[in-house]
Amino acid sequence: MSPQTPDPTLPALAAQGVHKRFKIPEERSHTLKERALHPLRRTRHESLYALKDISFSVAPGEFFGIVGRNGSGKSTLLKCLAGIYATDQGKIWCNGRMSTFIELGVGFNPDLAAFDNVALNGIMLGLSPREARARYERVIEFAELEDFQDLKLKNYSSGMHVRLAFSVAIQVDADILLIDEVLAVGDAAFQQKCFDVFNRMREEGRTIVFVTHDMGAVTRFCHRAMLLERGEMVSIGDPRDVADRYLETAFGREVGYHDPDVGSARMGDGVARVTDVWLGDDLSVRRSVAPQSEALTLKALVTFNSEVVDPAVSITLLNEHRQPVVVATTTEELEETGPFMPGERAVFAFSFHNMLAPGRYHTILTVTHRGDGVDVIDRFAGGLSFVVTGLAASGGMVEIPVETEVSRLGAVPPGEIQPAGDSR
Amino acid sequence: MSSPELAEPDTRETGGLAQPMGRPIRGPRALDESWSRFWHLSYNIARSEFKLKFFGSALGYLWQVVRPLLLFGVLYVFFVEVFHVDKAKGAASAHYGAQLLGSIVLFTLFGEATSGAVRSVVDREGLVRKIQFPRLAIPISVVLLALFNLGLNLVVVMIFAAIEGVRPTLSWLELPLIILMLTVLATGVAMLLSALFVRFRDISPIWEVVSQVLFYSSPVIIPAEAVREELAHGSFNHFLYHVYTLNPLVAIFQQFRHAMINRSTLSAGQIMGSWVALLEPMALVAAIIVIGFWVFNRAASHIAEDL
Repeated sequence: MSPQTPDPTLPALAAQGVHKRFKIPEERSHTLKERALHPLRRTRHESLYALKDISFSVAPGEFFGIVGRNGSGKSTLLKCLAGIYATDQGKIWCNGRMSTFIELGVGFNPDLAAFDNVALNGIMLGLSPREARARYERVIEFAELEDFQDLKLKNYSSGMHVRLAFSVAIQVDADILLIDEVLAVGDAAFQQKCFDVFNRMREEGRTIVFVTHDMGAVTRFCHRAMLLERGEMVSIGDPRDVADRYLETAFGREVGYHDPDVGSARMGDGVARVTDVWLGDDLSVRRSVAPQSEALTLKALVTFNSEVVDPAVSITLLNEHRQPVVVATTTEELEETGPFMPGERAVFAFSFHNMLAPGRYHTILTVTHRGDGVDVIDRFAGGLSFVVTGLAASGGMVEIPVETEVSRLGAVPPGEIQPAGDSR
Repeated sequence: MSSPELAEPDTRETGGLAQPMGRPIRGPRALDESWSRFWHLSYNIARSEFKLKFFGSALGYLWQVVRPLLLFGVLYVFFVEVFHVDKAKGAASAHYGAQLLGSIVLFTLFGEATSGAVRSVVDREGLVRKIQFPRLAIPISVVLLALFNLGLNLVVVMIFAAIEGVRPTLSWLELPLIILMLTVLATGVAMLLSALFVRFRDISPIWEVVSQVLFYSSPVIIPAEAVREELAHGSFNHFLYHVYTLNPLVAIFQQFRHAMINRSTLSAGQIMGSWVALLEPMALVAAIIVIGFWVFNRAASHIAEDL
């Protein structure tokens, strides 16, 4: 069906040193009059590098993800790959028939019936009119729209519209599919259907390049993935690593985020003050992201104003819902922290294996006098906020590794059946 | 299935001179390798637009035919019944009604193709930004749509001519050539306007005015014979007449009148003075289509960004 048989020894898609620059005029002169009145004033352009030196290749049959934050250039890259934008530098090659889904139902006309739209859309996606018409039955069947064929498209519900558009798109027998967050539309059931189709295509050995924000989809489907940030390729390879890196860059920039709800009201007698709280081993590298299933260290710097003997320092981690998830105190391990002199500073460290659910956490640091911890020296809330990244998100507050086991005991012997609740 | 054997292509090693790895993606073009795709796209866009007009309104396609007829009716009443423009020229004025209607219908093709093309690319922004396809399909589909309409309108002209007593002649075989010339001209202008409009939105009102000027300065209402007679003497008048005949629509419409309706009217060659002089407007048509394509082709690669 495809016009040229793809050469299996070549990559399905290859990009080499691709640059893309957008010129953004500072003042847009749209009319001839403006030009005529100011013939000498050249429109100043601000150059925006959307893509900088992107090189990669996708093997035939590979499911390749492109991830990145908004404005990172991933959609621009897809459009360059698809040939919708011309690149400023660099080359792109493809092997086989390519089809692009940047938006579903492009060119659908609301005043035409399904048949005309399917034919027209198919032709736009690269089918010949005969192929497009031949596929009509299959398209309608997949979209489950047999009873609504004669309606004009404007009388379709949005769900029917999307179903029709998606089934046209997948009936295009392309070797390479470029997909841009098509899955953002539609309800959960439809999204599942889309994923099923992608899985099928993956098994059929089609090459798929997929642009998304959904790290779950990336790790579930992609063989490899690429992370773009401000037009540059920061990471390429295993989708899990890329997804972790993405979450880190997505949240990592919000250093110094302060949640007013947690409050910073200090209380206590002020004999000592918590002067700093940070995440990580080193004060000079302040991190705000803690990856799951790695060691997590939180440290607090305490400055003593008067002499204190055996103070206890405790840390409370609150999740987004202000629920305390972890509470740790120095007295659990060190009953006696010793005497501290006026002017002395000390760092108290709390380390544990990070089993927290992904999300944002806030800290409350408390320094108390020796005893049962009610005699507060200093309480410092909201000093640090950090994000736990990871893919284990079962819905619980923590992600504790749980071993499960099933023991088969066979059938219950007759006579031993006891009524429920009466197990004395 | 991660593929370690697939190393990223290293640009430094090859010094940026990469060996081809399949079909290069060059970005959007006015035309690409596949002529059939270009044709299917243009044809099917035009066809669906045609269908829309047909089913869109209560009286359907009647309106498409009524519009030039209505214009014809008004002009006919004024210029024939009131001012008798047809009486003066003797034999050439026979079947003036059919001449007028035919010219109106031909101008309708030109007008629809060019004015329709102005906004065409901008109005199909969704397509341009979302799909890779030969960009030229958009203005070409507008020209095709105008041609479909011309087909219908010509039927009306033929019926009218038959009623007026026009009899078929061998010179009717010239009709395809006349329409071809007109279509080539309209296509050139359509490409030029649709590409320019993306950056200069003033094109729309400007073209409206130019289009009006062309309508009145072409042999639609006033036959070329009358213009020639009026401007027969004096060097300035000669100059004016030369400018008048430069307009390719003059030769095209006049040849239509001569070949299709009334053999007594002057042919395009006679209007120009000689058949060789006909090369002038033809060269202009050729220049317009070449410039139109050149401008459109240059704009095609960045239309999606300029919108």
